[in-house]
Parts: sequence; C-alpha cells; structure tokens
Amino acid sequence: MFHWLEKHPFFFAVAVFVTIAFAGLVEILPNFAEASRPTIGTKPYSTLELAGRHVYIKNSCNACHSQLIRPFKSETDRYGAYSLSGEYAYDRPFLWGSKRTGPDLMRIGNVRTTDWHENHMWDPAGVVPGSIMPAYRWMFANEADVDTAYAEQVTVNKVFNVPYNKPIPMKDGSTETVPMAASLDAAKAEALADAKVIVADMKNQDVKDMVASGKIPEIVALIAYLNSLK
Amino acid sequence: MENRPLEYDYTVAKWFMIATIVLGVVGMLVGVILAWQLAFPGVNLMLGEGLAEYTNFSRLRPLHTDAVTYGFTVSGIMATWYYVGQRVLKVSMAESPFLMFIGKLQFILYIVVVAAVVVSLLLGFTQSKEYAEFEWPIDIGVVVVWVLWGVSIFGLSGIRREKSLYISIWYYIAAFLAVAMLYLFNNMSVPTYFVAGVGSVMHSVSMYSGTNDALVQWWFGHNAVAFVFTTPIVAMIYYFLPKESGQAVYSYKLSLLSFWGLMFVYLWAGGHHLVYSTVPDWMQTMGSVFSVVLILPSWGSAINMLLTMKGEWNQVASNPLIKFMVLASTFYMFSTLEGPIQAIKSVNALAHFTDWIVGHVHDGVLGWVAFMIFAALFHMAPRVFKREIYSKSLMNTQFWIQTLGVVLYFTSMWIAGITQGMMWRAHDEFGNLAYSFIDTVTVLHPYYTIRAVGGTLYLIGVFMFAYNMFMTMTAAKRVEESQMQNTSPMGA
Repeated sequence: MFHWLEKHPFFFAVAVFVTIAFAGLVEILPNFAEASRPTIGTKPYSTLELAGRHVYIKNSCNACHSQLIRPFKSETDRYGAYSLSGEYAYDRPFLWGSKRTGPDLMRIGNVRTTDWHENHMWDPAGVVPGSIMPAYRWMFANEADVDTAYAEQVTVNKVFNVPYNKPIPMKDGSTETVPMAASLDAAKAEALADAKVIVADMKNQDVKDMVASGKIPEIVALIAYLNSLK
Repeated sequence: MENRPLEYDYTVAKWFMIATIVLGVVGMLVGVILAWQLAFPGVNLMLGEGLAEYTNFSRLRPLHTDAVTYGFTVSGIMATWYYVGQRVLKVSMAESPFLMFIGKLQFILYIVVVAAVVVSLLLGFTQSKEYAEFEWPIDIGVVVVWVLWGVSIFGLSGIRREKSLYISIWYYIAAFLAVAMLYLFNNMSVPTYFVAGVGSVMHSVSMYSGTNDALVQWWFGHNAVAFVFTTPIVAMIYYFLPKESGQAVYSYKLSLLSFWGLMFVYLWAGGHHLVYSTVPDWMQTMGSVFSVVLILPSWGSAINMLLTMKGEWNQVASNPLIKFMVLASTFYMFSTLEGPIQAIKSVNALAHFTDWIVGHVHDGVLGWVAFMIFAALFHMAPRVFKREIYSKSLMNTQFWIQTLGVVLYFTSMWIAGITQGMMWRAHDEFGNLAYSFIDTVTVLHPYYTIRAVGGTLYLIGVFMFAYNMFMTMTAAKRVEESQMQNTSPMGA
C-alpha cells in the first residue's frame, strides 16, 4: 500500500490529511458547546474595559502575564480561586498566556487599585524594587481606540449573541445589565463617563487634562480593564 | 540529448537562501535584544524614551518568534524545497515556465507579507495568539503564499520523471497540508469593521471564545511547531545527510514507520500545553500520553539518520557540514525526549509558565532546526553558485561557538525554570507561601545573564554564517558541479 501511495502524490496527500485531521476532530469537537457556556456572575466587557483589553493585547502583556490560575494550593494562595472554563466565555481571544515572567493577572482587580497601577505602569521598579518589567509611559499620552472597542461590542453582540443590554444572573441571585450604546457617539460618552470615575483616583495631571478635554488615554482604559479582572 | 544531465534552475532557491540569511540575522538579533532586556531592563530604553514603545520587550517578543519561525525557518524550507524538489523529482524548473512564474510570485509575495508583518507587529496590530499574531489582512496574504507553494509542490510532482516520491517529498507534502489546515482554523475571525462599520479595519475578533479559543490555539500552536520546525527539517536531513556523506539511508522501513507514526501521533499532543487548565481533563491526559508516544516516531527518524553514518563516523571529524547535521539529529533526539518529559502532568505542574519551556523551545530551534538549515544552505551553496564554500575553518569556528551558545542557553534556562517553579510552590512551616513573586524574579538574574551571553555567542555564529555565505556567493574559487564529489568543496 505504501509503495502505491508513494507513486501517487494526490492519494498520498489525501492519506496524510486524513491521518492528521483525525486527532483534531476527536479532541476539539465533542466539548465545544459546553466549554463556551458562561458561569453565573460572568459579564461581558464594557466599552472602556474592552478598549483597555485592546491596549493589553496591543502591548502583548500576555507575553509575560498569564490569566489562568491552576488548581494547586500554591496558586490559589497566591492568586485566588482557580479558573473555571465559563469565566472565559466572553474572552475573544483568550489571554491565558504561556509564560509567567510576571505574576498571574486573572484576579488582579481584587488586589490592586487604580493608583497602584498608575504608579506601577509609570515606573515598575519604583513600586516593586527588583522588578524587570519595563515602564509603559506612552500609555499616558496615547489615546485609547474607543471606536474599535465599540465595533467589537456590536460584532460579538450580532454574530455571537453576547448578552449586552440583557439581565445577567449574578452569584447572589440578583441580575446585572451591561449596556451597549445604540450609537458610536453614545458609546464614547459612556466610556468617557467611566473614564472620569477611574481618573478621579489618579494623580497624573496630563491624564486628568486629557480626560477633562474629552479624550481617553490608553492607561485609563487599561486600568478599567485590569480592575474588571476579578 | 537524453543522456545529458538535467540543468536545474535554482533562481528561486537562491532568492530564498538570501532571505533565510537576512531573516535569520534579524530574528536572532531581536531575540538577543530580548534576552538582554530580561537581564538588564534598562535595555528596553536602548533607543531612548521617545521610541520606547517600539523597543519594548513586549512589542519585540512576537517579532522575534515570528521572524525566526515564519522568516528564517520558512525561508529555509522554501530554499531547500526549490533545490531538493527538482533534484529528487528529476525535473527542472526551467522546463515549466508556469511553475517558474509561480515560484517567483511566491517569493515576491512572501517578502511583501514579511514586510507587512514587521511593520504591523511593531505598531501593535496583533491577535495575541502565539505564532498566530497576524491580523486578518496579513493572514490572507499568508494563505496566498502557502497556496502558491502547494501549486509548486503538486505541479512539480505532476511533471516528474522519477515515479516514486522520495522520503523528503513526503515530509514537504505533510508540512504543506498540516500548516494549511491548522493556520486556517486557528485564524478564523470576524473583522469588526465590516459588521459594525466603525473602528479599525485591522481589528478582528476570534470565532472561538475562551477555553475553546485556547484549545484551537494550542492544537495549532503545538502542531505549527511540528509542521514548521519538525517535518520540513526532517525532509532536509533525509536529503542532505545522505548526499553530503555519500551514504545510503540506513532503513527504508524505519523511515516509513517514523513518517506515518509522526503523522498520526503529533496532532494529539497539543493538549499538553493546557495541562491543569480549564479544558476537559480527558484532553489533557490525551495530550500527555500521546506526547510520550511521540518519542517513538521522533527517535525513529533521528536514529535512522545517525545510523546512516554507520562506518563513516570519521566524516564527523573531517567535514564540518556532517558535524552540523549529526549534532542537529542529536539535538532532535534530546529535544523530543525533553518535550514528553515536560508533558507528564506532574512535571508540567512544575515546568509550565517557567523558563524551562523557553529552554526547550530553544534547544530544539537553535540546536536542531537552525543547525540543519545552516548545513542545508552550506551544501546547496557550491551547487547553486558554482563556487566552493569560502572557508572551512570559519564553518568549524561557527559550529563550536554556536554549540557553546546553545549549551549555555538551555542549561541556564533549566536551572532558572526549575528554581522558579520550586519557589512558586514553596510553603513555610505554617503553610504560607515562602516567597513573594518578586523574589522568584530577582533570583533569576544570573541565569538570564548567562542565557543572554549564550544567545549572543549563537548570534555571532550567525554573522559568521552570513559572512561565509556572502563570500561564497561573491568571491570563492569557481568550481563546476560535474567536478564535485559528495563532500561539498570548501576552501581553507
């Protein structure tokens, strides 16, 4: 059989393809629907948080920080409850990372505050002596891309039925609603209102001035995202 | 007429050889910069505060991995394809103006895509998925380049004179098919601009969410490694080692077993990147088990190559090209043993997220992939450029300096990884964590420094390679192919 295949490139290719595609079918398909069901209390991202998530991705924060807490005592002691599949239901793409040059950030919102992040992103080694993380000062000047964040909200809502403007069950039995604006202008206004809440806890005057003039710096969006990780 | 030897046309092979050298220098230079940044964070500001955004570790990191994977390695694969393909199929590119056009078009588009990748990654356009960072417009370019390669493979096979496909061709076909499948499925995404009508055209959102996205990504990520860093490199060694040494491949049956075994087993092993994550437990176990099984087909190929040298081990001492290839297959064995060890669940609990994984990737890529590509290009150069290799002693120096570099690299990363993994899990007598996270970072400084030195040595070797190849192309003594023996002609 192999001798025959080696003389017939087309059938050889078919045989190779079947052999390699087999594993993917068996491994990936069976649990696909189940793995994407959200846990109780998992909410989609707001416009500003999503803009912050884009800043996180743009700067490959995931190259050094994981967002995956494994079920070991040493990890739950350090980072909090271990990760559940449904907690990632609204993460497109997933940001688990594969290397912890810095600590896990899955639940960083529980342990760090806005002003801590502000100081740390400006001068990491000044906040954590010995840190090898570089500073991210351009985030204090670059403007966040709210338009694209809104475009993503609209897309995931339309294409994947991500539940914006719908009641979402919380752990205590109540419900919460994550709003998605009806227009880009309304989305910008909402994001700016959220940004003002964040900026109230910050001290950098340039950032405050930018937000006062209606612009949202990347650092504000990023902090909104980091604060949402709980 | 019929008895005249075929005149092979190496135009496209030449272009890709030059691309291999240039992108190798770029990719590994960026890697060395990253290594120094981890040892000395001040290097992040090497071009000043104003350009910090573009010289920062996190922006450069995807550029390094992609430049080495899709730049250096893929160019090397293409360079060897456009050389080996003609020779083992016994057909010249010159016989088909159509395939010649396809080859040239593939190269030109490839260079366009590479340029787009470099610019877009520096500007921060990324999907964040490892080795699948490129946004959708670039993905389309990648697919076109890949399809053109497929046209070349099957087109050349269609007009071949040698009816049986040589082992190398099996591996090229497998690489083509598997990468096509993996790349397409992992990059399925919806461009947001076309749904919402606002925002950046360069942005897209993944078709899969959360755990599913991770599963598809590592099914891709692991096997992209397999079908870029393994199968085409095995294709090379099956051609170049027997050619250069003048020895017949040790066992046809072993090559058959290794090939089909590798095809069947490799794709299952992706789950080992997700051990103790939120993907279902049975997939994690499958990933671990198949990773261990994978030792068989991997070692099958490597042992087949080493036994090909049976009775001719003196060539290892006399011919630096054989040195490169024998060390490459040795590193292949080493790396394909180390990987399965890391895939065992209890070992993975310690090793995952640490530098040991980084070490593993690098002993594979620096020791196996890059050594094999250097050897392939050295072997091709005299036949393609009709000149002898410029300097044998420079090749020998390169070999030893790079071997030293790899050894420093992986030993320091072993120690760093295991040290950090042990410190993360250490508890004191009261059950509290013994170390804060920053303690586990500062302790790595010496190992990061040793790694950076190892990487720098390796890079120096790459510069020697580039210089040696440049001189071979332009200044070395002319020699006709009809005068060549198996052993490549080389100057002192």
